[in-house]
Amino acid sequence: MSSLFNEVTSTRSDDVPVRRVTITVNGETHTADIEPRLLLAHLLRQGLKLTGTHTGCDTTNCGACTVLFDGRPVKSCTMLAVQADGHEVTTVEGLNTPSGLHPIQEGFKDEHGLQCGFCTPGMMMAAKALLDENPAPSEEDVRWALAGNLCRCTGYQNIVKAVLWAAERMDDTEAEEAS
Amino acid sequence: MYPSRFRYEAPTSLEEAIALLQQGAGEAKILAGGQSLIPLLKLRFAAPELLVDINGLPGLDHLVADPDGTIRIGALVRHEHIERSTLITERQPTIAAAAPLVADPIVRTRGTFVGSLCHADPQGDWAACMIALDGSIVAQGPNGRRTIPAREFVTGTFENVLDPAEIAVEAVIPPPQGEAHGGYLKLERRIGDFATAAVAVAADLRDGQVSRAGIALVGVGATTIDAREAADSLVDGALGPEAIDRAADLAAEAAHPRSDHRGSASYKRHIVRTFTARILTQLDRSTQKAA
Amino acid sequence: MAIDEIKIGGMGARQRRVEDNRFIRGKGNYVDDIVLPGMLHMEILRSPVAHARIRSIDVSRAWEIPGVRLVLTGEMLAARNLAWMPTLSYDTQAVLATDKVRFQGQEVAAVVADDPYIAKDACEAIVVDYEPLPVIVNPDQAMAPDAPLIRDDKVNQHDNRVFDWEVGDRERTEQAFAEADVVSTLELHYPRSHPSPIETCGSIADFDRSTEKLTVYMTTQAPHIIRAAVAMVAELPEHMIRIISPDIGGGFGNKVPVYPGYVVSILASILTERPVKWIEDKTGNLISTGFGRDIYLKGELALRSDGRILGVRMHTTSDHGAFFSDAQPSKFKVGLMHSAFACYDIPTAHLTATGVYTNKAPGGVAYRCSFRVTEAMYFQERMVHAAADDLGIDQAEIRRRNFVRDDDFPHRTAFGFLTDSGQYTKCLDLGLEAVDYEGFLREKEEARKQGRLLGIGISTMTEPLGAGNSREYDILGIKMFDAAELRVHMTGKAILRTGAKTQGQGHETTWAQIVAHELGIPANDVVVEEGDTDTAPFGMGTYASRSTPVAGAAVSMVARKIRAKARKIAAHLLEVSEEDIEWELGRFYVRSAPDRGVTIQECAMAAYSNVPDGMEPGLENHAYYDPPNLTWPFAAYIATVEVDPETGVWDVLRVVAVDDCGVRINPMIVEGQIMGGLTEAYAMSSMQFITFDADGNCIGSNYMDYLLPTAWETPGFELHEVVTPCPHHPIGAKGVGECATVGGPAAFVNAVMDALKDTGVRNIDMPLLPDRVHRALTTGADVSGAPPVDPDAP
Repeated sequence: MSSLFNEVTSTRSDDVPVRRVTITVNGETHTADIEPRLLLAHLLRQGLKLTGTHTGCDTTNCGACTVLFDGRPVKSCTMLAVQADGHEVTTVEGLNTPSGLHPIQEGFKDEHGLQCGFCTPGMMMAAKALLDENPAPSEEDVRWALAGNLCRCTGYQNIVKAVLWAAERMDDTEAEEAS
Repeated sequence: MYPSRFRYEAPTSLEEAIALLQQGAGEAKILAGGQSLIPLLKLRFAAPELLVDINGLPGLDHLVADPDGTIRIGALVRHEHIERSTLITERQPTIAAAAPLVADPIVRTRGTFVGSLCHADPQGDWAACMIALDGSIVAQGPNGRRTIPAREFVTGTFENVLDPAEIAVEAVIPPPQGEAHGGYLKLERRIGDFATAAVAVAADLRDGQVSRAGIALVGVGATTIDAREAADSLVDGALGPEAIDRAADLAAEAAHPRSDHRGSASYKRHIVRTFTARILTQLDRSTQKAA
Repeated sequence: MAIDEIKIGGMGARQRRVEDNRFIRGKGNYVDDIVLPGMLHMEILRSPVAHARIRSIDVSRAWEIPGVRLVLTGEMLAARNLAWMPTLSYDTQAVLATDKVRFQGQEVAAVVADDPYIAKDACEAIVVDYEPLPVIVNPDQAMAPDAPLIRDDKVNQHDNRVFDWEVGDRERTEQAFAEADVVSTLELHYPRSHPSPIETCGSIADFDRSTEKLTVYMTTQAPHIIRAAVAMVAELPEHMIRIISPDIGGGFGNKVPVYPGYVVSILASILTERPVKWIEDKTGNLISTGFGRDIYLKGELALRSDGRILGVRMHTTSDHGAFFSDAQPSKFKVGLMHSAFACYDIPTAHLTATGVYTNKAPGGVAYRCSFRVTEAMYFQERMVHAAADDLGIDQAEIRRRNFVRDDDFPHRTAFGFLTDSGQYTKCLDLGLEAVDYEGFLREKEEARKQGRLLGIGISTMTEPLGAGNSREYDILGIKMFDAAELRVHMTGKAILRTGAKTQGQGHETTWAQIVAHELGIPANDVVVEEGDTDTAPFGMGTYASRSTPVAGAAVSMVARKIRAKARKIAAHLLEVSEEDIEWELGRFYVRSAPDRGVTIQECAMAAYSNVPDGMEPGLENHAYYDPPNLTWPFAAYIATVEVDPETGVWDVLRVVAVDDCGVRINPMIVEGQIMGGLTEAYAMSSMQFITFDADGNCIGSNYMDYLLPTAWETPGFELHEVVTPCPHHPIGAKGVGECATVGGPAAFVNAVMDALKDTGVRNIDMPLLPDRVHRALTTGADVSGAPPVDPDAP
């Protein structure tokens, strides 16, 4: 953030509560003054310009906003940004590294696991949480783990295949690294 | 999608939290898992002045068994921890059966067992389990601790007996009187759907006789329903088709459902009857097999 | 040697999608992702009640909230003649209510503020005084003699009737019924549903006072229609309106109409001279924007005892909500309902239709559907299923006996459509073999002896996809055709633009494959752009499965124009006459000396560096494609289920789908479309619906009540294909995006009805909730799902 110019806004009256938080997102630490009512999803999208995290419902059902919070999947529309103070968040933008795509990303492309792409970031983050714990899931495991995320386009079959594809690829990579 | 303004405090001790709630004077809400509260804030169905976030409080994330078999679930134990707990899967079949059916897998990483009890939603899974198990809730307030039986905890839809400055710190499940058996069945149209109806059954068996029983019903009344007569009808007898039928009928009688888009009142009552019978029959079969 | 078409990503290649590269990185660019300098945020205040006179609106407290920039009410719009807007079906719709609110969720006021949280705060501070009026939630109530008049704003509107309409041959059909051995009847309701893309509707209006230019980023499936509509509604010159439809998070018909939120955001930007973003919340989307279905059928089949259908009689009553804003070709009142029974060879048919106003949200959009063909095919296949039962004929056999034969195309249907091609029996038989029909029937018998209820359901249909032609099809007088524009650069790379707009269908990949097929330019060398009306050529947009039939054909035709010019350049380069030139994929060569040739890329370079004398330089062109007919894909969907007799819960055992959508450009994408469609079919048959209580409260106003299935419930799908090329499409393709949503529901419902065959129940309205199935099982009576929901019912 540049220090050349920082407007002191007048619209915010003194009785608006504000808190200073420090949050690590995709390995980068951010400190900001925020209103407690700001949802984590909105902090990511509007505050940090990480628009890969989408919001698709008001009621904690669709899972499009799923991110990893200290490694576990959460719906970021159902956490206050202040609650992330001192914690680590991983979004879809943190999935790939400069050296390449995560196998889950490759799997989604290779198995046609997305159409409009809107649910995809949330799906991939839920899938990452699954594979981090269970590197060799069954089809049933995958369907169960993704049951908090809604997709309107694909009918899920290819999403499930994409996650299984990624699991296999990660297994191969590990085997290679071991040998 | 956008909550109203509120003040937010994240105390680091229980005493501090209670003091904040006292200052809040009834306009404060406790934030634990937030999986029910935050949706209400977003829809502006709730607009508290102060949120007291208890996630930073120490000593509330225990899921343990006392030497006598009492199970204690701290206020910050998430649904997911219960689902994955070997303590639960080995010792507490009613809770174990309900755990994977709570909300959806992502909500379960965050939502808490005790928070769900406090929310007092007649659709809540855990309140029924706690009533069936004769469980209780330990609350701490300015005047110290008290223990409230689960069946007296809820006073109405989304209402409980806690004073504004009290915090529910743990849920307590008493040791079984014999071998713990039980089950939980929920009719939901989809993962994450509210129950059309659900039934929690707990039955402790000693020498083939039911030594203690509890049956509680979800989604068929303004609050979770304690089907006391149904449960009592089982006590001091052996399970068997007749006893099961009688209990199932009594459970159905205890239900007070209303018709809605999920199903008619008579259907919900039928489901209560069917599920009660199914759980008990399954339980009867498995104990006979074990014997 | 000719190029391997699959290797360059041409027709038939399972080409991985280029658009995925951004989506999998979270780099999609949806409307809500766009931030413009100085942008304000708008929220809409909606009516909590379904029918009420507005006594007063007090906005004073809203204005007092710091950060509020503008508060708008209907009165302020009325002063600018903007309180009402035209709908896509020649009715009017309130933008912000002035006189009355007519459905729960109707737009009443809007607030523009520095951030959406403040805008929402201010909405809450607006006080509206409503005087309640009696509420109507179904056609019976609407047509009752003493029914309150919903549309008292319209002159000459004396009741709640929207239209009466008919099509077909009444007399000849009556004759057929008089001669029938058996008449089979069926009454049912196709419940109100919502397309419900995960992304809601939204817009960012940006009016620049200095240039007088209005740019609107908008979740629209049809940017060019929107531009025309905005020009008409806002009375702005069309060339000063730029509609940009960026990435869209699913449309399914929901994002075709013009919604009040768009219009108000435009006015707000004009008034504030700043960009104004409006993003609808999910409840707003579900309770106020275009729904689908909500239509009642009384259907009759005149049957000969051998199963031949002699005539069809249908009466439909459609519930349009408070404003008739169906998105449909203007010639027809209930869309293409009369495409029903198109796959069957039937002598005569007659349809009468009534439309009514109710106190429910307007819309009537083609939800993953080519204008009510979803209802048409559901009615058709439910009627055929009931007829088979009535006659005691096997449900596969009754279909075979009535199918249009393979050698009988083009075939004029009883309602007058001209179907183009198909191999109906082959498709059905392939499906039956895949599911092991005979084996399942035996298994079902065995299961029945143990008290288990198994059922198998079949749904076969052909549907009209790809409107126009322009003679018969228009929306608001705008003729239905599409254009494509192709520029081949000097190095042989290209940019293609069309007037369609992808929302997940994969146009960026598929259109490049068509170019590869026509020109031999690798698909990866073609970039595809859509959705910006300042740069894209005209088109009617993407809905009703019309992209490949119309815009896709335009892509083919423009590529052929390019090839024709390249041929002239090739002749020049090879120093032979054009007649001596032959084409193989990617290359022109001399007929007598095949080794002498030039590639399409060499021709491209020459187009900019070495054109023959008198030839205009460059290699670019455009094409408008006005289809000669609709395309007629065929599908056979078969589902098997098991019903729990004790609870009415049913599980899907298998789903077999046989689709004949003509030539498949990208089979992977086609299969994705079919699976998505099958899932919506399963959703509608099992859980997804919107209903109302007697007070007009919408039930299904969020994802806690409006249920989309998850990965857990959704069954697995077994896909098969038959290819009958479309005879009039340049590459033989037919539409496919919606086939499974259209044909699928009847397969699931027929399967449950088959499991319940012994009860004598003829119909359970969708969704087949366990409660409804159980009621049918225990009472032996049909189960209606029509609103209102009565909480006091036993």
